[in-house]
Amino acid sequence: MKIHEFQGKRLFAEYGVAVPKGEVAETPDQAAEAAARLGGRAVVKAQILAGGRGKAGGIRLVNSPGEAREFAAGLLGRPLVTAQTGPAGVVVRRVLVEEALEVARELYLALLVDRNRARPLIMASAAGGMEIEEVAAARPERVVRVWVDPAVGFQPYVGRQVAFGLGLSGEQVRAAVETVGALYRLFVEKDCALVEVNPWVLTADGRLVAADAKVELDDNGLFRHPEIAALRDTSEDSPLEVEAMRAGVSYVKLGGFVGCMVNGAGLAMATMDLIKLAGGEPANFLDVGGGANEERIAAAFKVLVSDPDVRVVLVNIFGGIARGDVIARGIVAAARAVGVRIPMVVRLVGTNAEEGHRILRESGLPITVAADMAEAAALAVKLGKEAVG
Amino acid sequence: MSILVGTDTRLLVQGITGREGSFHARQCRDYGTRVVAGVTPGKGGTDVDGIPVFNTVRQAVEATEANTSLVFVPAPFAADALLEAVDAGLELVVCITEGIPVLDMVRVKRFLEGKPTRLIGPNCPGVITPGQAKVGIMPAAVYRPGPVGIVSRSGTLTYEASAQLTALGIGQSTCVGIGGDPIVGCGYLDILPLFEADPDTKIILLIGEIGGTAEEEAAEYIRQHVTKPVVAFIAGRAAPPGRRMGHAGAIISGGTGTAESKIRALAAAGVTVCPSPAEIGRTVAEVARRHGLLD
Repeated sequence: MKIHEFQGKRLFAEYGVAVPKGEVAETPDQAAEAAARLGGRAVVKAQILAGGRGKAGGIRLVNSPGEAREFAAGLLGRPLVTAQTGPAGVVVRRVLVEEALEVARELYLALLVDRNRARPLIMASAAGGMEIEEVAAARPERVVRVWVDPAVGFQPYVGRQVAFGLGLSGEQVRAAVETVGALYRLFVEKDCALVEVNPWVLTADGRLVAADAKVELDDNGLFRHPEIAALRDTSEDSPLEVEAMRAGVSYVKLGGFVGCMVNGAGLAMATMDLIKLAGGEPANFLDVGGGANEERIAAAFKVLVSDPDVRVVLVNIFGGIARGDVIARGIVAAARAVGVRIPMVVRLVGTNAEEGHRILRESGLPITVAADMAEAAALAVKLGKEAVG
Repeated sequence: MSILVGTDTRLLVQGITGREGSFHARQCRDYGTRVVAGVTPGKGGTDVDGIPVFNTVRQAVEATEANTSLVFVPAPFAADALLEAVDAGLELVVCITEGIPVLDMVRVKRFLEGKPTRLIGPNCPGVITPGQAKVGIMPAAVYRPGPVGIVSRSGTLTYEASAQLTALGIGQSTCVGIGGDPIVGCGYLDILPLFEADPDTKIILLIGEIGGTAEEEAAEYIRQHVTKPVVAFIAGRAAPPGRRMGHAGAIISGGTGTAESKIRALAAAGVTVCPSPAEIGRTVAEVARRHGLLD
């Protein structure tokens, strides 16, 4: 789960990390007042979860409250299209108005979990403002990497490796060690997946300030942090994904016309691959969960038929221990309840699968039963293309 | 022989009094696995269908000489249960639980360093040696004893692959579901050497998916150390970058973790990569035949 920059900065401040003075504004007048309190000169930043705001014109240095008002008026209530938002963009509801820093150097700092080493990893670079992937590709020697042993946690020497690795000296080393240590505590205590500060600014008067804050939480850790879970902002997600999430169904909207419902993430991905191999395009990724119970299947159908791109539904359930006839009854009941009218191709494996197939065939619903995955995918793609034509 | 679980497995089930735990403890026992104990704190002294329940893993091990644990403890408490199992010195711990926080697994992995316990999972279907022992939640009917060792990040896709093999009359030595989380106990690099050394395993099937670089590292290991034929399938060629595909670990980020990269690395290591998930069984059969492993 991502949180907004201003929320990330509040967390930073709680942990003692220096952030620019600033205020959140929801109207142009509030933005102007905030800029006035900062002395007129300020940075106004659109608050959306998607990245790429700077290049998309969502951030500007203003020199007066009037300029702040004007720029905020152009952002608020309107969609901002960035490289990460998709063509429709995301409506800006708030701007952050901050003191303009006198920048001497721009650094980069991030904390994440290295999945190969199973340890927290601190990454830093002297090339702040750039994407870390670009720096790592072009100048790998400029990326500082330090892994933290979770048995002892953050130690000052870890921070010194980062600070000296960035070429800092004197008082700035101490400040950097404190910041890295504070962000490590935040990272661990709040179950973060990513904490990124880009740029991490060294000001002309020698202060280190987090000019940006990108904080992503581990969804699996949110149960420990209800105060952060409450910050969830679903306004930038597709409504279908929000509905699926509420139902406990794992769903990702894609671009194609074959809606698929599968139990298990690996089999769901494999089913998407098969649709592509059969000459079609999957409309979505959807995992109803290993157990594939009736409630989840109904929720999944609801999402699938709400997607206007879906012209055919492919159901691929490997029943495992669950009985095929029970799953078939679940599919029929759910399809009836939701009112599925587009063609459905069902591939169902499990004990009692024959009885399951009979129930599906005799349901009176537009269901075709397929014997195996490949046949199911080919048939679904064919029916989908006919529906288009 | 086979690997990890077999006739000498003495299983204890952590979280045995829960719905999932009690159901699958019975299923494992019905398959022929020796289920010797259960653990649920506070329920010690009771039993589940004759399986004695203990308060702590140590008590259960002392009383029953259990050597393997199967964990169904809910995510908020799962890391604690894993640490307890490792501390009790079990040889093998298999964790089914889904949704364990990543940083909890970081601590568990650190605790495992230098200890003899092998951890499989979390977020996995478990391990089965067909005809000998089932330590997991997989449907037993799709397996039969035979020469194919399977290691996979996926659950139901592995059932599918096993069912395809079994339908062709080709059985499995052991099937290991290593789990779909970003941080798991044993990875491919831990399981491949076991299959290479296992006389019952004649051919290896590796099932992977997008996200991370585990398959690339497995390819390098196979190139250097594995003499047995290996077949692979990688799920997620149709998956877009930047979106998590169900499994917490299945995400292409910053250009790494693509199916293409994994397929390229495996093919370069001499692995036969199956293009379609519907052809896994047939591809394994072909490779086995080519190596004279099937009549």
